[in-house]
Amino acid sequence: MALYSEKVMDHFRNPRNVGVIEDANGIGEVGNAKCGDIMKMYLKIENDIVQDVKFETFGCGSAIASSSMATELIKGQPLSEVRKLTNKAVAEALDGLPAYKMHCSVLAEEAIQSALEDYERRKQSGE
Amino acid sequence: MIYADQAATTRMSEAAINTMVSVMKENYGNPSSLYSFGQRAKEILEKAREDIAEVIGASPEEILFTSGGSESDNQAILSAAELGRRNGKTHIISSAFEHHAVLHTLEKLKKSGFDITLLDVHENGIVSPEEVRNAIREDTCLVTIMYANNEIGTIQPISEIGMICRERNVLFHTDAVQAVGHIPLNVRTDQVDMLSASAHKFHGPKGVGFLYARKGIRLSSLIEGGAQEKGKRAGTENVPGIAAMAAALKEAADHLEERAAKVSALRDRLIRGLGQIPHCALNGDAVRRLPGNVNFCFEGIEGESLLLLLDDKGIEASSGSACTSGSLDPSHVLLAIGRVHDVAHGSLRLSIGEELTEEEADYMIQFVQEVVAYLRGFSPVWRDLCAGKTRFIL
Repeated sequence: MALYSEKVMDHFRNPRNVGVIEDANGIGEVGNAKCGDIMKMYLKIENDIVQDVKFETFGCGSAIASSSMATELIKGQPLSEVRKLTNKAVAEALDGLPAYKMHCSVLAEEAIQSALEDYERRKQSGE
Repeated sequence: MIYADQAATTRMSEAAINTMVSVMKENYGNPSSLYSFGQRAKEILEKAREDIAEVIGASPEEILFTSGGSESDNQAILSAAELGRRNGKTHIISSAFEHHAVLHTLEKLKKSGFDITLLDVHENGIVSPEEVRNAIREDTCLVTIMYANNEIGTIQPISEIGMICRERNVLFHTDAVQAVGHIPLNVRTDQVDMLSASAHKFHGPKGVGFLYARKGIRLSSLIEGGAQEKGKRAGTENVPGIAAMAAALKEAADHLEERAAKVSALRDRLIRGLGQIPHCALNGDAVRRLPGNVNFCFEGIEGESLLLLLDDKGIEASSGSACTSGSLDPSHVLLAIGRVHDVAHGSLRLSIGEELTEEEADYMIQFVQEVVAYLRGFSPVWRDLCAGKTRFIL
């Protein structure tokens, strides 16, 4: 039996939306190298819609796949939808993760929420 | 496929397979049976004991057959602890990077009142004999230090430690699972009292191993029942497995020097090639290491993703990353040699055998280089390192 679902392996082998957005207006980074997983999300939000999203991840196969899937789930979505994104939705979209890898999907949710918070902070301070 | 995980397990040799099949087909008798068919199985068993004893410099009656390295480690340590307790000696010395079969047994003893000293293994992954000497106390009943480390391959100064233990009259056990059949060793000249080995690490079958215990050392049994193995290990003996183990070990011993020379050269080729990758470090001493062991840390990446991508290229390897262990901590071995968590997660172990070719070694170097560069390409850790936001450790 394979460790991961076909979908996890697909997103791990061919991650979507990898990289950096130079003029991102919301950036979130979660996790730490000590635990072995760090995710960084870059959002470009216009008119309350995620126009573009990119990620960088240091981590295992499921961390990379979770980041990739999370970006797919929010790209082009209104912020009202993005705020509702849960780790469960990420894991389900990947056809499930092994129990001890669920924290990777949690990290993906947190990275996106952290980038959203950064966006809202910048908006409030009028950047 | 390039199988570069020989420290995990090995392919059975033709000699071992043929022996095993022939014993299963033709000599399936029970060695405890009185009739001649059973006695033939008994002869096979005793011949295997003689062959194994000869390879490691022991007498046949000093070899006890077990299910493998873990059982041998458990039995050796628990026996020494039992002997110690009777004499009021409840201190055991070991090292921080032993196999879990040793460490977890010691933890169990700690709960029942034993005092455990785990010696430092230093940055090069080698225990200092002087530190062993200094750690020995009046109440020390056992020193247990592995012959060679399973993750980083460093070979320990076993004969020096053996001499110190003999001088101080303290029992000395060594987990030699990674060493037997790969490097020359001899229990007499090494002055080892007990030694654990596992057949599948030297091209024998899985689920069988042996424990050498010097004559006069009273072993406690872990499994109660019949009188097999002089009452020290009940249960009908795994005759086909034991015979195959002896065949594998004899073959390994017969070719030990030529294979070690060939494999060491390939190891050094891999170390040179992978050492070209920026910000990496070889784990463990470069010279005092097993012929087939290569172990690196690469900064800015995580080991599991490296393994999965190498698997896609047909390279089977292992890592000390937390993600490969199912826990949050990376390998206790890498932490013991002073690698911090951040870089210990990015480790790769290639353990190679005599079947590897130079072309395959070069192929591995090329793809490890490529995969490390690819993963660093979207690692936020690597970006921060390159931007000077954080400092390189390696």
